[in-house]
Amino acid sequence: MGWLLNSLSPERLLRGNDSSSVAERPKYQLVLWPTVMNSFSCLTRMQKVSVLLFLVWVCFFFYAGIALFTSGFLLTRLELTNYSSCQEPPGPGFLAWGSQGKPGACWMASRFSRVVLVLIDALRFDFAQPQRSHTSGEPPVSLPFLGKLGSLQRLLEIQPHHARLYRSQVDPPTTTMQRLKALTTGSLPTFIDAGSNFASHAILEDNLIKQLNSAGRQVVFMGDDTWKDLFPGAFSKAFFFSSFNVKDLHTVDNGILEHLYPTMDSGEWDVLIAHFLGVDHCGHKHGPHHPEMAKKLTQMDQVIQGLVERLENDTLLVVAGDHGMTVNGDHGGDSELEVSAALFLYSPTPLFPSAPPEEPEAIPQVSLVPTLALLLGLPIPFGNIGEVMTELFSGGEDSQPDSSALAQASALHINAQQVSRFLHTYSAATQDLQVKELHRLQNLFSKASADYQRLLQSPNEAEATLQTVITELQQFLRGARAICIESWARFSLVRMAGGAALLAATCFLCLLASQWATSPAFSFRPLLLMPVAWALAGATLYAGLLTTTSLKLDLVVLGAVAAVASLLPFLWKAWGSCRSKKPLPTLISIPGPVLLLLLIRLATFFSDSFVVAEARATPFLLGSLILLLVVQRHWEGQLLVPKLLTIPRLGSSTLTGPPRHSGGYALRLGIGLLLCTRLAGLFHRCPEETPACHSSPWLSPLASMVGGRAKNLWYGACVGALVALLVAVRLWLRHYGNLKSPEPPVLFVRWGLPLMALGTAAYWALVSGADEAPPRLRALVAGASLVLPRAVVGLAAAGLMLLLWKPVTVLVKAGTGTPRTRTVLTPFSGPPTSQADLDYVVPQIYRHMQEEFRGRLERTKSQGPLTVAAYQLGSVYSAAMVTALTVLAFPLLLLHAERISLVFLLLFLQSFLLLHLLAAGIPITTPGPFAVPWQAVSAWALMATQTFYSTGHQPVFPAIHWHAAFVGFPEGHGSSTWLPALLVGANTFASHLLFAVGCPLLLLWPFLCESQGPRKRRQPPGSEAKGRVRPEEEEEEEEEEEEEEEEPLMEMRLRGAPHHFNAALLQLGLKYLFVFGIQILACALAASILRRHLMVWKVFAPKFIFEAIGFIVSSVGLLLGIALVMRVDGAVSSWFKKLVLAQQR
Amino acid sequence: MKDTDIKTLLYAHFLCIFSVILSVLIPSFFMEDFSILDTHLTWLCFCSLFVTSINLVLYLVPKPNASSKRSSLSHKVTRFLKCCVYFFVSCFFFHVIFVLYGAPLIELVLETFLFAVILSTFTTVPCLCLLGPNLKAWLRVFSKNGVTSIWENSLQITTISSFVGAWLGAFPIPLDWERPWQVWPISCTLGATFGYVAGLVISPLWIYWNRKQLTYKNN
Repeated sequence: MGWLLNSLSPERLLRGNDSSSVAERPKYQLVLWPTVMNSFSCLTRMQKVSVLLFLVWVCFFFYAGIALFTSGFLLTRLELTNYSSCQEPPGPGFLAWGSQGKPGACWMASRFSRVVLVLIDALRFDFAQPQRSHTSGEPPVSLPFLGKLGSLQRLLEIQPHHARLYRSQVDPPTTTMQRLKALTTGSLPTFIDAGSNFASHAILEDNLIKQLNSAGRQVVFMGDDTWKDLFPGAFSKAFFFSSFNVKDLHTVDNGILEHLYPTMDSGEWDVLIAHFLGVDHCGHKHGPHHPEMAKKLTQMDQVIQGLVERLENDTLLVVAGDHGMTVNGDHGGDSELEVSAALFLYSPTPLFPSAPPEEPEAIPQVSLVPTLALLLGLPIPFGNIGEVMTELFSGGEDSQPDSSALAQASALHINAQQVSRFLHTYSAATQDLQVKELHRLQNLFSKASADYQRLLQSPNEAEATLQTVITELQQFLRGARAICIESWARFSLVRMAGGAALLAATCFLCLLASQWATSPAFSFRPLLLMPVAWALAGATLYAGLLTTTSLKLDLVVLGAVAAVASLLPFLWKAWGSCRSKKPLPTLISIPGPVLLLLLIRLATFFSDSFVVAEARATPFLLGSLILLLVVQRHWEGQLLVPKLLTIPRLGSSTLTGPPRHSGGYALRLGIGLLLCTRLAGLFHRCPEETPACHSSPWLSPLASMVGGRAKNLWYGACVGALVALLVAVRLWLRHYGNLKSPEPPVLFVRWGLPLMALGTAAYWALVSGADEAPPRLRALVAGASLVLPRAVVGLAAAGLMLLLWKPVTVLVKAGTGTPRTRTVLTPFSGPPTSQADLDYVVPQIYRHMQEEFRGRLERTKSQGPLTVAAYQLGSVYSAAMVTALTVLAFPLLLLHAERISLVFLLLFLQSFLLLHLLAAGIPITTPGPFAVPWQAVSAWALMATQTFYSTGHQPVFPAIHWHAAFVGFPEGHGSSTWLPALLVGANTFASHLLFAVGCPLLLLWPFLCESQGPRKRRQPPGSEAKGRVRPEEEEEEEEEEEEEEEEPLMEMRLRGAPHHFNAALLQLGLKYLFVFGIQILACALAASILRRHLMVWKVFAPKFIFEAIGFIVSSVGLLLGIALVMRVDGAVSSWFKKLVLAQQR
Repeated sequence: MKDTDIKTLLYAHFLCIFSVILSVLIPSFFMEDFSILDTHLTWLCFCSLFVTSINLVLYLVPKPNASSKRSSLSHKVTRFLKCCVYFFVSCFFFHVIFVLYGAPLIELVLETFLFAVILSTFTTVPCLCLLGPNLKAWLRVFSKNGVTSIWENSLQITTISSFVGAWLGAFPIPLDWERPWQVWPISCTLGATFGYVAGLVISPLWIYWNRKQLTYKNN
């Protein structure tokens, strides 16, 4: 079935009827209109749905590949649930020294009956380091965090045998929950645990708290509520305070102080744990260099002082930091500052045989676990791999050197027996540990054990043997630790290779399918049925196979099998076409220079230096691509008039009219883009690996600024950026006439957007000055900072809804206009005999509409009567896209620090310039298949990456902007984890989202630029010369005439060829997925090839994770963007339909 | 186009390469502790000077372009001054481009500027010598089918290879090899120099190989 609508004048219609192709059909069947229209839109709708579903299907391949690779690459450690107990000693013959029949003794006699453990979160080593200003002549450095813990220094100086400071070496990841796990189990939490920092779960492994409970000791806890999740019900008395609100420096600490001394004086405790969070929160909020840090540390000093005064002789005081912090106050990674924490021990009775060394000794953090366990007379937790601190087992100042060494050896031996037992059990449970190394360790242990037994039999042996035993035991313990560290990063190579192969095959599929989509005879039908059928077949086969062999069903593998099964027919087809007709290189249509740039970009993923320097490398590549585009245009002769090429070089030619203008235009666009890229690069956050680099100070929130005047200026600049963004978008919409429609989305652009900007500005004002607010207004400020962001998000959601509801922003409502006499509808029944019919129809409708508007507008004598209607319809897709992007940008902007708004402004400017630059180089192929060139897609993807960096992000965990979780939720989220994760994710991947949603603009923009382009180009030079001498009115008239001849159809050209439009959208999506897909493939390959590289956990693994999440966000954004375009298309269809129905009456 | 032309071109290019080599060798005779890496800026000055002078000599002696034979002194002087202005403008232009590409804005200004100077020496100076201060002729030469002689063809090749060399020179900078030549802008200047020399070597060979296909509209 088909139809034809024409807007021909009667005489042209007559001509049309005379021509053979039209005359055969029945005519003037106006009644058929609705049904005809429906069937047509049904066809395109099916195409649209299949395009979207195919893209979803391709994304599924990628996801399956990523999941398979991840399951092989990011392995978790096996958690054993064995427990140590008093009755079950770890090995024979350990009671020879030690228990001495004392009560409460277990594996060893308890040295202390009570312990006060003060955990100061993020207490970096140099915070506690004594200041020796008197030794050197130079004046002491006065940093806010140095030398504030004076009581430690006094104790170390006055009672050198009672106190000791250590530099405790923390294992990454340096997040609090992982550290707490390590500090209680003595084990190594693995990399993947870092993700569950805010969703901590109860510890199932054996740990100190559990041992204390089973020994019947009373454990009292106060402080960070992470402990509540880790050890549910383990404390006899507990005071928990929420840890999530990192902006709150005092609630937790003051809460602890309220209960600390009363509890201590009451005496109803054996182990008292106080976990202070103020220092950590101060670091997160202000950084260590802020005066607030000095106050916080001084407060901690007073706490320690107070505790020392209350200590009794049987009590040990432990002051420990769980990790350090970077110069910015963040943590989570493994830089030197993050992994060095302070550890301080003090006992009222002499504990150490010697005075403390000049430079405090460095020990692994997990050493505290076996030490505390043995000192308290508890069994060492089963999975502990720490090594006891031997100094503490020497029996104090006065003991004999020999007996003290024997005591040390004994403690070490128990420790070694426990570790040996753990290794044995663990290697029996899994095959993780390297067998050869394990054998070597076992031999070492049995030798040391034998030596130790011999020593016990003849206690009067020389001191030398004792020393060898101690060294051997220490060697064993350190070796065991090393083997565990190594093997808990073991990979499943099969899965990694499978995942990488799946990714590679999917990339290849994207390449091939995008090539197929450009061919004119491309059909959508076979896209979906076959692959889904194959996938289902593969999946059921696999599941059936598993159930017959009764193995456990692994969802990841199931997905991968389905993906592979459905990829097979594609690859088969590709193989066939490759063998029969074309060689492969013709299939790959990426132009050489772009391919080279892409390859360079991929190669950079394999070098840790380049991954670290990607923030600078990406703008470089982007700049190269931009200049390449400009140079290419020049090279193809578009900067010069063709005639000039033959003119002798000294011939003074002034003939540079419009072509030169367009060349210089491209150059200006290129330079502007470079400038924007460079300016955005000023907002640069440095990776930890480059100490020489200085992060931009503009990334911090305004609240952390001290100067009042500068703060106000910056605030003004930020609000200015907001307003500029708003004005730019409005001007753009007005230029294309989309601001004149009375439709709800336009009303939203007119009123909703300024309201959102106002809300954002007000929120920033409140947040940046919250600390300075007078106390009376505190409640108001708090309430407003809760309500305002939510209001902005609500407005944004409402705007998006409106846009989805009525995306067509055209001025004239259907049916109001009276048809002009010369407009005649000529519908036909019968199917559209050719594609040409379809191609022909919609522009005709459009032109008809246009003429009608023109007639109406002429009557009303409004301004600019000729182009308004055309522009509205011609930019209907882009207008919806731009509005959607702006509406989306505001909530994302709200999640960032204030000054990032400048980057967002640059982002919009940059993409605008890039789109113009790209559009200038793309010829418009009116009827034929539309294509988005590879350089456009690559530049877009590069820009997304560049914006990721210029919004202050880095692909490492410590650089995540956690504060984004508190926007609109200043009190934290309670127990829900998905909402903060969503907020933080939206902050981190804002640029991926925006660019992916805006991706269809790459297809639309060249058509949009047609409105300026052809009119200039069309005029032959002669007529221009003529035009100048004529009076203005005439010129206008001529323009009108010309426009009557050929009005720019702009985006209606796309509607004119719905089949090609859908194919182009499919191709665009596939190309974009390909560019991101090969990035993730390169990351996966780099991570698997360099899996033994020093930097794998520091650089490659985080990069892979960030790239994978970025890919997922991008693909979702892309689907949303394409769906939006399709929604607009559908709305335009129904709008046409309504219009035509109105015509009928 | 004859083989003798190509031979002349080859000799002229050998002279240029020779000047680059001389700029490494000669200063070490009268300057102590001269080396390319340690006293990089001095070498840059020398290299720029030597290459410019050789180009000028080549321009004055064999006169490959016969069209500029207007002999009035004032014309020559204005032409020379114009050339100087063009040279400095190109230096500043390159400097701006480097900064836009990510070179530091405030620190190392002298280094960046000297890099711009050396790149101008390799690209702008030959253009000035061969084509004169005529921007349109430049634009013509650097477009598709725009060359009209083997000299212009070789100019095209050497200039593009200098740019590509300088571009490639930026890639080692982020690597953590801690070599002295990875410091900005040494790797880029070295890359530009190697690109220039490679262009000088390649262009006669390339022209010789493709002499059958090459037809210039003016010849």
